[in-house]
Amino acid sequence: MTSVDFTHKAVEMIDVVKKFGDFTANDRISLTVHRGEVHALLGENGAGKTTLMNCLYGLYRPTEGSIRVNGQEVVISDPNVAIGHGIGMVHQHFKLVEPFTVAENIVLGLEPTKALGLLDLAEAQRQVAEISERYGLAVDPQARIEDISVGSQQRVEILKALYRGAEILILDEPTAVLTPREIKELITIIDNLTSEGKSIIIITHKLHEIKQVADYCTIIRRGKFIDRVEVDKVSEHELAAKMVGRDVSFSVTKNKVVRGDRALAIEQLVVRDNRSIAAVDRLDLELYHSEILGIAGVDGNGQSELVEALMGLRPVESGKVLLKEQDITNHTPRRMISDHRVCSIHEDRQKRGLVLEFDVAENLILETYGRAPFSHRGVLDHGEIYRFGDQCAENFDIRPRTTTQQAKALSGGNQQKVIIAREVSNNPDILIASQPTRGLDVGAIEYVHQALLEQRDKGKAVLLISFELDEIINVADRIAVIFEGRIIGIVDGAEADENRIGLLMAGGTA
Amino acid sequence: MESYVNDIAFIIGTTLMYSTPLVYAAVGGVITERSGIINIGLEGMMYFGAFVGAAVAYFTGDPWMGFLCAGLAGASLGLLHAIATVSFSAEQIVSGIAINFLGVGFALFISRLVFDGATQTLTVPNKIPLPLDFLFGEGKLFVSAGFMDLVFNRFATVYLAFLLVFVAWFVLYKTSLGMRLRAVGEHPEAADSLGISVFKIRYGAVIASGFLAGLGGAAMSIAVVSRFSNTLISGHGFIALAAMIFGKWKPQGALLACLIFGGAKGLEIFMGAKGVPIPSSLLATLPYILTIVILVGWVGRSQPPASIGKIFDKGEN
Repeated sequence: MTSVDFTHKAVEMIDVVKKFGDFTANDRISLTVHRGEVHALLGENGAGKTTLMNCLYGLYRPTEGSIRVNGQEVVISDPNVAIGHGIGMVHQHFKLVEPFTVAENIVLGLEPTKALGLLDLAEAQRQVAEISERYGLAVDPQARIEDISVGSQQRVEILKALYRGAEILILDEPTAVLTPREIKELITIIDNLTSEGKSIIIITHKLHEIKQVADYCTIIRRGKFIDRVEVDKVSEHELAAKMVGRDVSFSVTKNKVVRGDRALAIEQLVVRDNRSIAAVDRLDLELYHSEILGIAGVDGNGQSELVEALMGLRPVESGKVLLKEQDITNHTPRRMISDHRVCSIHEDRQKRGLVLEFDVAENLILETYGRAPFSHRGVLDHGEIYRFGDQCAENFDIRPRTTTQQAKALSGGNQQKVIIAREVSNNPDILIASQPTRGLDVGAIEYVHQALLEQRDKGKAVLLISFELDEIINVADRIAVIFEGRIIGIVDGAEADENRIGLLMAGGTA
Repeated sequence: MESYVNDIAFIIGTTLMYSTPLVYAAVGGVITERSGIINIGLEGMMYFGAFVGAAVAYFTGDPWMGFLCAGLAGASLGLLHAIATVSFSAEQIVSGIAINFLGVGFALFISRLVFDGATQTLTVPNKIPLPLDFLFGEGKLFVSAGFMDLVFNRFATVYLAFLLVFVAWFVLYKTSLGMRLRAVGEHPEAADSLGISVFKIRYGAVIASGFLAGLGGAAMSIAVVSRFSNTLISGHGFIALAAMIFGKWKPQGALLACLIFGGAKGLEIFMGAKGVPIPSSLLATLPYILTIVILVGWVGRSQPPASIGKIFDKGEN
């Protein structure tokens, strides 16, 4: 806040309209950012935040409205022009060339060259080292992108913008993929940048981050400007209400439920990942009915491999999975789902959760298509399928209600509702939810949490895997911390302490 | 002993000769696929280039003019492929198949028009020259039909092919243009967001691949032999494609792969000449069988550019 220079408007977007055919993504949105300011752009998924910033960065051209940079009216026809005006953007999905080195990625498009267009990579590495030192962004210029962590990749993206002389930096959902520690590092970097007079625009739907870093916040909803607020003067609750357009409850209300019998026991499980490293390494875990067991841990500690092994998608090398007393290790996914009643909300809903080209009703019967009432002697009964689809759309509030459109046309939140509707309707004994709220906005997160709790209250055993510690603490009855493929601590949900779990997640002993 | 040395020299020499047309096309393939556009139309481009090269060389008497025009003929098909795949986001395999039919169709159509209804050209008056020929023969540096003559007294196109591999490697890996081209093939959105024109790079790369495939065709029709006939290019473009994959999308790797395929051809001709009791038609299948074996054995293991074959949609702008 101290670094904001109110006499200098770095960016002004005035009444910007962006239409795609008949659809208006941005409807007269205005935004002002001063020099040295951290400005948050808040809105739900699909509210038009990224579209607006793509207009500022020249990836889209606004249909109407004007943009001023440092008081000068400008037309930003492509990213080159934006870069020329000192605007840089770090996209949510990093735009890095994996087999290239850090230095190559940073200088790409603006390479230092000798005669004949000959690349001067030594010079590139020197320049990269220089800016990385100046702003405290530690990277190894010679490392390949595919070999470095997500946090480092983000620093490379920031360096790309700084290398091009960015004074105004747009960060699109910068914390979505970071660990708590990396988020802290990012906040330090942002402080360094603003104290050097850079302006930063953060696109986000995470409220506590806005409170932590932003000076001002512009809120948009369904493409429309709602408000511009000074962050210190509003509460998270007010921000959420402005974003969603109604009152939202953060705290999950949990009924008291007595834990039931043991549903699943995992004993000394070893599962190898694609590089044949033991990603799950002699893991022990027990899951009970009427309980949500949360697995907390940083991405890449064996969570995906564990779920894949439990669902029969990845071979178990040794150890056992016991359902009640029955050994179900290495059974096929079909048997897991149909015979053992283990259902899963997969972490990548677009890859494993849905067939994007199928319509919503078809997606809803992916597990049950082979049985009556959806098919008889191998012939599908479309009447029943769409009747069931419509009923699910109604019960699970899938929008739009028409189930004849392709799953890919739905928003992330509604895609997740389709998956939850399918898995819950299949009436599982055990429900595995991997990152069920990834990329969803506040309203949809609330919905998913309620759905999981309902399952628990009905006596199901729920396994919740998430990288969001808040989510685990809010929802789970018991929390197991996974680190390097093993459970290194189990904490009661009611007594969970964020710091202690955070320490365990990093491999420390609490 | 002397005869064994000469046998080996003969095999090496024919290997070089028959590898050369493949090298041009395979390097062309490397360039376009590194930019993210699959070009299975190499066959049609070579075919058309082989015809145009021979026809122009026949009428002008200048093999170099034929060689250049063959490149331009291939490039024109490359332009079509680029328009379809880059501008109109057509499925690249389908467009490539169409190019293969077009290349053959154009060549045979024009051939029938110009050469009295024949699907082959007449013999060209001058083939591509042998630039080192002055070193060999009576009283020269090397005896004729000796080891050095059999190996090194080759058409200029052979030496140009090796030069081409070096230049392609240098441009791809040592210049900013090459780095941009590889970036476009790996991650076009990243390149685009840095102001690199994916459109221009891909157009350039696809047209260049057509040009080189056309040269490859001419290297067959006016160097290895001295006329175009309708069976002259029979699968060479596909073998070049296989060589490019086997060579891991690198010019130097493609060269090595082409030499292996050329070697199979060299062996075939050698065994045929020595009267090895294997039917010649069976021997002639050797390069093709090798292609299949190598593709089956290796394709799974080499890593193509990440965005290859995918449509790049810049978004409404």
